[in-house]
Amino acid sequence: MSGGRIEIERDRRERMTSRLVQAGFLVGLAALWYLGANYWGINHLLLPKPQHVIAELADILRSGEFWPDLLLTLSELAGAFAISMTLGVGLGFLISRSALAIKIFEPLLAGFYAVPIILFLPLYILFLGLGPASKIALGATISFFPVVLNTIAGFGGVETLHITAARSMGASNWHLLRYVLLPAAAPVMLTGLRQGFTVALLSIIGSETIASLAGLGHRIVHLAEAMDTARMFAYIVFVVVIAVVLNALVSSLEARGRRE
Amino acid sequence: MAARRNGFMRMIERRPWVAQLGVIALFAVVWELAARFVVDKMFLSPPSRVFGEMERLLATKGLTAALALTLYELAIAFAIAVVIGLAVGLSVGLSAFARRTFFPIVLLLYGTPQITILPLFILYFGIYAPSKIAFGVTHGIFPIIMAIVAGVQNLKPVLLTSARSMGASRWHILRYVIFPHMIPSFFAGLRLGMTGVLLGVLLAELYVSTAGIGHFTTMFTQNFDPTRLLGLISILAAMAIVLNEIVRRAEVHYSRWRT
Repeated sequence: MSGGRIEIERDRRERMTSRLVQAGFLVGLAALWYLGANYWGINHLLLPKPQHVIAELADILRSGEFWPDLLLTLSELAGAFAISMTLGVGLGFLISRSALAIKIFEPLLAGFYAVPIILFLPLYILFLGLGPASKIALGATISFFPVVLNTIAGFGGVETLHITAARSMGASNWHLLRYVLLPAAAPVMLTGLRQGFTVALLSIIGSETIASLAGLGHRIVHLAEAMDTARMFAYIVFVVVIAVVLNALVSSLEARGRRE
Repeated sequence: MAARRNGFMRMIERRPWVAQLGVIALFAVVWELAARFVVDKMFLSPPSRVFGEMERLLATKGLTAALALTLYELAIAFAIAVVIGLAVGLSVGLSAFARRTFFPIVLLLYGTPQITILPLFILYFGIYAPSKIAFGVTHGIFPIIMAIVAGVQNLKPVLLTSARSMGASRWHILRYVIFPHMIPSFFAGLRLGMTGVLLGVLLAELYVSTAGIGHFTTMFTQNFDPTRLLGLISILAAMAIVLNEIVRRAEVHYSRWRT
């Protein structure tokens, strides 16, 4: 009895200690940054002072100059994800309808996914130019694969017994899809959609960084080339926060979809 | 007729690779026809020309050197990522306290989109090999750390207790219990790490348009030279496939003892 209480007490203390160490680690890192930039003479072109970065971040948020870039990046993301979702779910569903098609196409798609698809970016720039279209194409290509592979896995993994049972009870095609196939495939498919969204976001920002005319990735590169590092750091923080918030949003949508 | 079709289907079922080759061949034919008759040759070259003119591509001044340098960067970045990833993974994974304390920090770092700091890498390390190696390393270490931590975590406590009760020293436990147990997850980590290193190095190579691969892709794009651009992309893709295949084979080979 008392042994259990001691155990719980120790557990609680250990958890406290690791929280403290974590906080100490982050505070230490910030302190190193502050001291390095302010007192140890690290060139401010390489490491801007943290107080300057905060001031720049406040300025960016107050002036609202980020809106055009943010909206462009988000609309590219929406376009890319809409394409990969439609094609990925559609083709994945069609392939999953036949065991033979799964056997043929699944290894082909999985094998192709082993190629770093970022290599297609120069090609898309040749085809579509430096504007948003090449970013949408790259984002759609990269996110297509997790969506299609997980859709195949989801619909392909439905137990045949369930399908036979539903059929023998007189389910129509629509009923079969709505009440048997979709609920069974949804969890795996949702995982694929979340992965697709995450990689689409990364590849859109990445292709904006590599070659573009506008967008959040382009803004960071532009500031780097202008050697305006304090504002660049502020934009990096801004983009990281946006990415983390979007990914958390999609993860919570996935969790909600799973429950239903 | 029906019987013959049935025979054909059964043959495909037994040998799906025949149909896979067929799909690839069909794709090549469509590409060839599209490039010859539909699409402007400023934008797309037929595969026959892309692969027929490989020689002209490789004769481009400085291109083979850039390819060799990329391979070198990949090798160095992978080696560094494995060493750091293994060290960090073991030190975070082997104690419950370190895992609880530092693993969330690793996850936090892994979750941030590294592509946003690519310009910083160029600022710190310059436009040549070091920046590309560094970016490859930061992309490669996290999957390796994750796999190592997961591998150590799966260790059954009863194995450790029994080894200790039989009088094994710390080193013996590490050598004869933990290492053999970790091998499958270590190789899984290598495979994921290789994917990360490839992504990081290629991103940095494509970003820097004044040197290395990025210089050539930019040049071929601006000159509307799809023949050489597609050739270069094919070579890089083949390089990536071979490297991925090597670590995948190693994983299969060294994980066999489990089954």
